[in-house]
Amino acid sequence: MATTAPLVVRASPLRRLQKELFGSRLDGLISIALLAALLAAGLGILRWALFQAQWTVISANSTLFAVGRYPVGQQWRLWLLTSLLALATGLSWGLLRAFPGSGSIRALWPRNDRWAAAILAALALWRPMAFQLTLAIQVRWWAIAALLLLARWAAGRYGPAIPQACRRLIPLLWPLLYLVGMVLISGGLGLVQVPPSEWGGLLLTVLMATFAILLCFPLGVLLALGRRSELPLLRWGSVIYIEFIRGAPLITLLFLGQNILGFLLPGGLAPDRVWRAAWVLTFFAAAYVAEAVRSGLVAVPAGQMEAARSLGLPVPLALVHVVLPQALRVALPATVGQFISLLQDTTLLSLIGLLDLLGTARTVMANPMFLGRNAEVYLVLAILFWGCCAALGLGSRALETRLNPHSPSAPQA
Amino acid sequence: MNPTRTPWWRNRRLLPWLVQAAVGLIVLVLVAFLLGNLVRNLANAGLLLTWSWLGNPSGFEISETVIPFDASMPYWRALMAGLMNTLRVVIFGLIGATLLGVVVGTASFSSNGLLRFLSRIYVELIRNIPLLLQLVFWYFVVFLSLPNGAAALQVPGVVLAKSGLYLSWFDSALQWQLPLLENGVWQAPLRISVEFAALLCGLVIYSGAFIAEVVRGGIASVPKGQWEAAISLGFSPLLTLRRIVLPQALRVIVPGLNSQYISLAKNSSLAVACGFTDLYSVSETTLNQTGRAIEVMLILLASYLVIDLVISALMNGLNGLVQLRER
Repeated sequence: MATTAPLVVRASPLRRLQKELFGSRLDGLISIALLAALLAAGLGILRWALFQAQWTVISANSTLFAVGRYPVGQQWRLWLLTSLLALATGLSWGLLRAFPGSGSIRALWPRNDRWAAAILAALALWRPMAFQLTLAIQVRWWAIAALLLLARWAAGRYGPAIPQACRRLIPLLWPLLYLVGMVLISGGLGLVQVPPSEWGGLLLTVLMATFAILLCFPLGVLLALGRRSELPLLRWGSVIYIEFIRGAPLITLLFLGQNILGFLLPGGLAPDRVWRAAWVLTFFAAAYVAEAVRSGLVAVPAGQMEAARSLGLPVPLALVHVVLPQALRVALPATVGQFISLLQDTTLLSLIGLLDLLGTARTVMANPMFLGRNAEVYLVLAILFWGCCAALGLGSRALETRLNPHSPSAPQA
Repeated sequence: MNPTRTPWWRNRRLLPWLVQAAVGLIVLVLVAFLLGNLVRNLANAGLLLTWSWLGNPSGFEISETVIPFDASMPYWRALMAGLMNTLRVVIFGLIGATLLGVVVGTASFSSNGLLRFLSRIYVELIRNIPLLLQLVFWYFVVFLSLPNGAAALQVPGVVLAKSGLYLSWFDSALQWQLPLLENGVWQAPLRISVEFAALLCGLVIYSGAFIAEVVRGGIASVPKGQWEAAISLGFSPLLTLRRIVLPQALRVIVPGLNSQYISLAKNSSLAVACGFTDLYSVSETTLNQTGRAIEVMLILLASYLVIDLVISALMNGLNGLVQLRER
């Protein structure tokens, strides 16, 4: 029997819009009310942003928001780090595009990349000017954006010429860069020491978030494996830890870290306040990541482990090569969700007196010159956080489709 | 060499015990080390565990309490007042966030495209902005910039001013009493402070977004055929939702709600950001005054654990009611 595709009548966009908004009388009334409310709110916000808001509070304090009280003489280290990051990002981007899975487009700049590059260029051109930064700093941002795009172009153009053996080493660039970054930020190896109490603003927020994300993931995987273990001591230990951490609000744990860690360690061994908070964030997030990973482990059929064992793989190897790759793929959205809330949770550092983005904002607004400029500052912070979290969410979804063995864009083995 | 003998490190019966013994030993040594330090450091500071300080007068005021409290009352009474304030926020927050979440969650299945779009925008906007930032926004930007006196926002029976939210209620003589302006100051039988209002507003809007996602997932889990069958039997869309879809969706929704409710209870500890005195805030003050870090932390952690357990127990009971009973 021959099958025919169902007949689909594609209505014109205007017609579809009419059906969506004015399908029935009630729908029409709701739509009109909502549109009116939206219009009023939009106009109100626009009027405020253009005529009432005083954006000098942002431009006058842009350095404070970016790096806190980092010594001015040492800030070149942060510029160097940003350039290195831009270089690494451009290289990775270009190489990912140069070796796509089979069946993908092999153009140097596929359409999505052209869009991304255009948005990046526009942001780089507009943002420094919007914040009314000095010309010297504007030029640096433009140079960094240009460096990123140049690296992207070079990697896309000459990437395929790199021999296979070198290509495997390229992902190692990132952990190496992290270590270099830590040295550049904190000093040592011939550089002047900058104590953590002088880090602040976006620098502190990003540093805390990346540190906690990188460390909480392996800890969380271990805890999840412990919770699923057949050994009662490991299982109960993991359960007690996870449930204890999940039962307490983060702010009480941060408070505990600041007040009790000093008592738990011999005098002088306790880390300073910034690192205490970083470790508390890490141990806190590990419990939540463990639950996310556990949901992935549950989804892997028991037969996978049994098959691996019967092929002679010892348990640790079977976990690493057979069970975990499948479990982590299932757990990916939940895990990234935890990373996103971890990034948001770094704002709590301001409640224990650290100068992260929100803490810096509070000190800026305590300055009599900028009294009452709450709305502008909070709006900029909200946009910043929203952008980062939404980007993480988008990245997670893209990675999910890429890792899904049934999706057309998955790389073929 | 005897080929039939397995070496001890591959003995399947011995190995698990060896691993456990090793882990147990490490944990034991670590705990002993930390506890030893703790006892030694506390003894040096003269802060060994004792609870008698709970009876000392606290010496600080709490701006609004459910139970009567003043500075001459002991610390345990202050902590109790803080706990009551936390419970007040949690209970009202749970009710508000559930209502908002259900409305927004069902709105994402509306036949109106604009409504669906807006519910999506709301969820994506709120979930990607830190709660603490939202709380300070509501408190400092919205509620503290409200006008006072005659310029206050007024709806019949309700007045919203910088000094608080005034509601109509029965006065002492059981007369229905509207908010009144006396000498430029609003008077009403029910006054809610702006701190409480800002905290509640922030918590409800934040948790509402997460609950909306739970509700949306629950409704999406009901097969489309159930909608179509009900409509073809002549049910109205609203009746279908209430009688057919929601009872089935609840089986998926209730477990998800459980974790959202616990999050809300824990998030209420951010009250300190909008100047509301909850359990955490009282504990912080108590610790700063007495230096009793261990005791205060134990009380604080135990209180939140009990709140979480009570919510979990209630939700598990509810879960038992909505699940399918098969013989």
